[in-house]
Amino acid sequence: MKPRSSGSVIRLAAPLRALAQRFSFLLLVLASVALMMVGKIESVSVDSARARVTDAFAPILDAISRPAATAARVVESAVELENAFDENQRLKAENARLLQWKQAALRLEAENNSLRSLLRVRPEPAVNYIAARVIATPGSSFVRTLVVTAGRRDGVRKGQAALAGAGLVGRVIEVGEWSSRVLLLTDINARIPVILSNTRQRSILAGDNSDQAKLLYLPPDSPIQVGERVVTSGDGGLFPPGLPVGVVTAVSERGIRVLPSADLSRVEYLRLVDFGLPSTDLDPSPDSK
Amino acid sequence: MTATFWQKVDKTGRNLAPFAVTVMMVLVGMIPVPVPGYAPVAPNLTLVSVYYWTIHRPDLMRPGVAFLIGLLQDFLVGGPLGVNALLLVVAQWAVLNQRRVFLASTFALLWFGFTLVMAGAVLLQWLAFSVLDAAALSILPALFQGLLTVAVFPAVGWLLIRVHRAFLNG
Repeated sequence: MKPRSSGSVIRLAAPLRALAQRFSFLLLVLASVALMMVGKIESVSVDSARARVTDAFAPILDAISRPAATAARVVESAVELENAFDENQRLKAENARLLQWKQAALRLEAENNSLRSLLRVRPEPAVNYIAARVIATPGSSFVRTLVVTAGRRDGVRKGQAALAGAGLVGRVIEVGEWSSRVLLLTDINARIPVILSNTRQRSILAGDNSDQAKLLYLPPDSPIQVGERVVTSGDGGLFPPGLPVGVVTAVSERGIRVLPSADLSRVEYLRLVDFGLPSTDLDPSPDSK
Repeated sequence: MTATFWQKVDKTGRNLAPFAVTVMMVLVGMIPVPVPGYAPVAPNLTLVSVYYWTIHRPDLMRPGVAFLIGLLQDFLVGGPLGVNALLLVVAQWAVLNQRRVFLASTFALLWFGFTLVMAGAVLLQWLAFSVLDAAALSILPALFQGLLTVAVFPAVGWLLIRVHRAFLNG
C-alpha cells in the first residue's frame, strides 16, 4: 500500500463511524422497546417517575397555557357578543323552567330528608371538592388524559373522580406534589362503574378513544332506551354514587354508546371529588390479600 | 483553541438550541386549545423539530438526543413509555440516511419528505399503541393528526429557520 496514511484512516474511520451510528440506533430502538415492557410490568414505579417529571414541567406548562386560554376567551367573547340577544332570550326561558325545577328539587330534598330520618339511613360521607386548572392535554391520538394544577399538597389522591360542568370527566391516575393527571372516561383504558338511571341496570362504562364511551357487561335483553341518563354507581367505593356521567345515544347490535355530559374537548377547570373514603388508595400494598 | 471560557459557554449554549427548541415544541404541543376535537389531532410539533434539526444540524440532533426528547414526551403525555422515544429515534435515523437528498433540495421537496416521515410515524404510532393496548385501534385520529402536522409544517419550519439563523450562524 502507498503511504497515504491520512486517506486510509478516513477510509477506515468512515465505515467505523457508520457502524457506531447504526449500533447506537439499534441500541436506542431496543431501549425503547425495553421501556415499553418495563412500563407494562413496573407500572407503579413508572407512574411515580412520571408524576415527578410532570411536576417538574408543570410550572412551565401552566405559564404557557395561560396566554392560549386568554386568547381563546377573547375569540369566544367576540363570537358570543354577536348573538347576545338570542342567547339572552334563550336563557330567560331556561331560567323560568329551572325555577320550576328548583321548587321540585327543594320539595324532594325535604321529602328525602324526612324519609331518611324515618328510616335512620346512615348519611353518605361528606364530599369535598378540589378545584384545579387544566394545563396540558397529551397532543396524542391514542391517549386521553389531562394534567391539572392540583396535587398531593392540595389533597388530591389517586382514584378521585374529576368533574367539570355538567358531569364526570374522568379519574385521577397519577398524583404529583402540585400536579396530577386525569384519565378521561373516553380513554381506552378507562373503566367506570355506572348505573342507568331509569332501568337501574348496573354496568361498566368503557372508553375506546372515540368521543363516546360504551357500556359493558349488560344482559342482551336489557330494556335500555336512547336518552337514558347514566350516573356513577359508587361500586368499588372509589366514586360517590349518583355523579352524572352521560346520556345513552345509541343502542344497537354493536353496543350501547354513551355521550359524556361534560364537553371533554374544552375543559378549562375541573373539580376533583374528595369522597373521604379510606379505601381510595389504589396502590397494591403487599399486605392486602 | 484560543477560545476563552465565556466563548465556550456561549458556544455550548448556542449548541443547546436545537435541544431546547425541541423540548419547547413538546411543551407547546401540549397546550390545551378549547376547540372541539382538537386534542387528539394536535400537530406533532416535536417531529417537525427533530426532522428539521436532523437535516440541518445532525451533529446537534443525535440519536441519543432524539431518544431523550421522546422519553420526555412519553413521560409528559401519559401514554405508554417508549413509544415516542422509538418514534423519534426511527425518524431521526431515517432522515439522517437520506440527508443529502434533503439538503440539496427545494422547500417543496423538504415538505414532501416530511409528509413521508409523518406517514411512517402515523403507522408506527398506531402499530405500537395497538400492540400495547392489545386492541385494534382506529388509525383515523392519527391520520388526521398527520395531515394537520403536514399542514403546519411550513409555519413551524419558518420559525425553526429563524431560530437557526439567530443562534447557530457563524
